[in-house]
Formats: sequence, structure tokens, C-alpha cells
Amino acid sequence: MISLTHIKKIFNKGRSNEVVALSDISLKIDTGEFAVIIGSNGSGKTTLLNIIGGAEKPTEGSIKINGIEMATLQEYQRSKWVARVFQNPHHGTAPELSILDNFRLAALRTKQKKLSIGINPAFKKQVQEKIATLGMGLENKINQSMGNLSGGQRQALTLLMSVMDDTNILLLDEPTAALDPKSANVILQLANKLNHELGITMLLITHSLKDAQQFGNRLIQIQEGKITRDLNAETKAQLTLTDIYKWFE
Amino acid sequence: MSQFYLTALQLSLCLGPMALGIFITMKVFNIPDITTDGSYTLGATVTAVLLTSHWAAVAVLPICMSAGAIAGFCTGLIHTKLKIDALLAGILVMTGLYSINLIILGRSNLPLINIPGIFNSFSFFANELYNQLLIAFLFIAILMGMLYYLLRTDFGIAMRATGNNPIMTQSLGINNDRIKIIGLSMSNALTALSGYLVSQYQGFADINMGIGIVITGLGSVLIADALRIWMNVKSTAAQIVLVLLGSLIFQMVLAFTLAIGIDPNFLKLTTALFVLLIVALPRVSRQLKKS
Repeated sequence: MISLTHIKKIFNKGRSNEVVALSDISLKIDTGEFAVIIGSNGSGKTTLLNIIGGAEKPTEGSIKINGIEMATLQEYQRSKWVARVFQNPHHGTAPELSILDNFRLAALRTKQKKLSIGINPAFKKQVQEKIATLGMGLENKINQSMGNLSGGQRQALTLLMSVMDDTNILLLDEPTAALDPKSANVILQLANKLNHELGITMLLITHSLKDAQQFGNRLIQIQEGKITRDLNAETKAQLTLTDIYKWFE
Repeated sequence: MSQFYLTALQLSLCLGPMALGIFITMKVFNIPDITTDGSYTLGATVTAVLLTSHWAAVAVLPICMSAGAIAGFCTGLIHTKLKIDALLAGILVMTGLYSINLIILGRSNLPLINIPGIFNSFSFFANELYNQLLIAFLFIAILMGMLYYLLRTDFGIAMRATGNNPIMTQSLGINNDRIKIIGLSMSNALTALSGYLVSQYQGFADINMGIGIVITGLGSVLIADALRIWMNVKSTAAQIVLVLLGSLIFQMVLAFTLAIGIDPNFLKLTTALFVLLIVALPRVSRQLKKS
């Protein structure tokens, strides 16, 4: 479970260009929940995910994951609980490394990177089987450089990589923003499947109101650094696209 | 092959560890590290002082490499913990090392004439130069093997990924700062090893012997990179071999320059121009193709 209490984030505090990105956010996300976060540009959505993931430190407030205080932990230390899919497909993978090498690192997210060769036939088979579930035909290209793949392919692999190790929480920061509609749908269907099959807690930021309506079992709206709406699955199911669109008028 | 070119070959083998070190910082970690000038001399000064104090050459080796590693560790610490640009961190450590090297050496030059070193610790051939060549080759072959193995391990993959995409590695539980410090330490340990070999090969350690040496290492790596692109090399093993080949080509070009009668005073200028040529040629060629 993620528990945020009175989270405040101020950029450039005390300077002329001070920006209050988040003001007093308190939020609880239960284990297995798939929360979709929407909001205008600059509303503080990405800052919120950065604070949960550890890329940003809150100015005030507490972040707990499964009861453990996270505020003082570095991003790499939080990866024990939190995996992340970035908006930019290039951020989630190492382009000069092979698909296999990328998956090897993902498999070791919560483990020590030892001075031993971990890529063996059994691991290769495991990766191939996992990639085959995407139906993209990439399972026979595991030795290819990640950089040779399209944005959609890389994003799909990043999503799979995030579940190579024991993941509790998956943060998806506009993962489909740079993708064509077909690839975007593949990514979100895959995220949905992972949430249902593995019970991973998910937070998805999206600008697509259609996706916000279709996916997830909770809908949160953030405006000017505050949570303005927080709807559960039942209420969300009754919403039409027009209803959500009106929130932004 | 004349004695002259064999000497160049020997020098390229002695400088090979430094080229491998620069390969680690520049190509694996994407960090421009110029601590090299200082840690190379540090390797040589530690070697010279200990050998003249009658230490065995084999025992001097780990001490010399540790000294280089400490220099790299300092650069890494300044770069990662104080968030100072890697280039500036390297300049600071390199500048500081000049004084440290002078203190260690106690004077500006220390000869190693008639002092037993690594090149006369083992005797495989009657010819001294062949013996030196084989010993230097064994050193570099072992190092290349070790580096190849390292880069294939889980830790090695983490090293390569850190240089390639630090945003990703951070989110995959890799402490980027820690791994960069380790990489810089390794790189400078290798550079100090070159100082160890060259000082014994040339028979002295000099306080100024490291000035501009980074260009030699950089040139070797750049030649290797140009060859890698030209030959479309993907394998890690081949890339490591190309670094040594780069070092060899670099020294051969310098030897050729001297052989055709160019004033030795112009050697550093020739070196700089040669590196400039390696860097500029692919760019000019691309621009010409475009136009």
C-alpha cells in the first residue's frame, strides 16, 4: 500500500521563480489498485510520481510503502518496491545494450549485481518466453541492441522488464504519449493484464481521457498541485467521457 | 621489422592498460576523465621509489595499481558526491597529483638503471627486447581477458548500462554514483599500471612523463572506435582487441613520424594533430557525403 501524508513540493523555494508543484497531498493507494491520474499540464502529476519513485524529494510530508518510510531513501533504494515506465521510451532501456542484457538488469533490480555471468540458457529461455507473450516477434531478437527497436517495442519491453523481479508498485508516467494508437493500446492492455494477473499496484498518468475512462479502478484528478477529485471503481464506471471532459472546462 | 618499430610495439603494449582504462571511462561510462596524466605518473613514481628501495617488482605492482585506484576514487568522489563536472574533477585531482608525485619522487627524475624490474624478473628469450615484448604482451593479454569477463558479468552489464542510460539504471536499483567511483578507480589503476610498465621499460620515472599522456590513450580509443564503426564490430571482445590495436597504430604512426625525420620537439604537436585527424575525418567524410 502507498500512503502519502501532507506531501508538499516547492521548486526553487525562496527564489523569485518559486513554484508550488504539490500542496498538501494526502493519498492512500491500496495493494492491487490501478489508479489513473489525470490533470492539466503543470498540475503536478509527474511530480507526484517522481516523489513516490524517489526522483524528487518532497519539501514536506511522508511517503510510506507497505508501512516503510520512503522519504529519505534514494531512487535506486526505492526500486526494491517501485518499478517505473517513463514517458520517453528511451528512458526505460539502455539502447546500446542487447534486449537480453536489459532484461538481465531488470531481473536483478532488487538483487546484487555480482561478478558472475548470470546470462545462461535458462535465463535466455525465460526472457524469450516472456517476450513471446507480447506477440511482437521479438523473442528471436534478444541479442539485438535495444536501440534498434521502435518506441512502441521498447515501451512494451520496459513494461515487461518491470515485472522481471518482484514488483509491488508500478508507476506509469504517460507511457503511451510518444506512441502510435496501436502501440499505445498494446501497452495499456499489457499494463491492465499485469495488474489483474500479478496484482501489482499501478499508478498511471495519462492525458487521454478515453484511456482514463477505460482503464483502472480508481480515477484521480490533480489540479494546481491538489487532488480535486478521487473516484472509486463504482463511481468511475458510471462516468461518460463527456463527464470527465467537463472537469477541464 | 626494424628494432625501431619493435620498440614502438613494446611501448604500445606498455601503454595498452592505460588505453583500456580510458576505454572504461570514456566508452563504458561516458565520462571524460583526465586524471590519467597524474595517475600515470603516480604509477611510475611509486614504482621507481619502491624499486630503488629494493622492493620486488611483483610486490610493487599491487601497490602501484592501488595508488592509481585511490586517485580515480578521489576523482569519482569529487564528481559524484560534490556534483562537480567530471572533467573539472579530473583536472583538480591531476593538478594535486603533480605535487604528490613530486613528494613521492623527492626530485624531478629518478633513474632505474641496473635495478631489477619486471622485465628482467623472467627470462623467456635471450634477446632482451623479445623478452620485454613477451612480458608486456602477457600483462595486456591477462588484462584484456579480465576486462572481457568483467563486462559480461552482471556487474559489468550494470557498468555498461550506467554509461548508456543512467536514468534507467537508477530506476533499476543501481547506485550510479557508487558504480562510477568503482569505474574511475579501475580505470586509473590500469593507467598507473602503464606508468609501472613504462617507467621500467624506459629505465626512469620523471615528474613530467604524464603530461599529455591522456591524448595518447584517447587517440588509441578513438582509433578503436573508428575501426569499430568501419568494421561494424558489435562484440565486446573485439572492441577490447581494437583498443589495443588502436594503441599499436598510434605508436606506429608516431614512430613513423620520427623515422621520416620530423623533429622530436614536434612529437606532442604531431600527436595532437593525429588525434584531431581521427576525430575530424569521419565528420568531414559525413559532411562531404551529405553535400
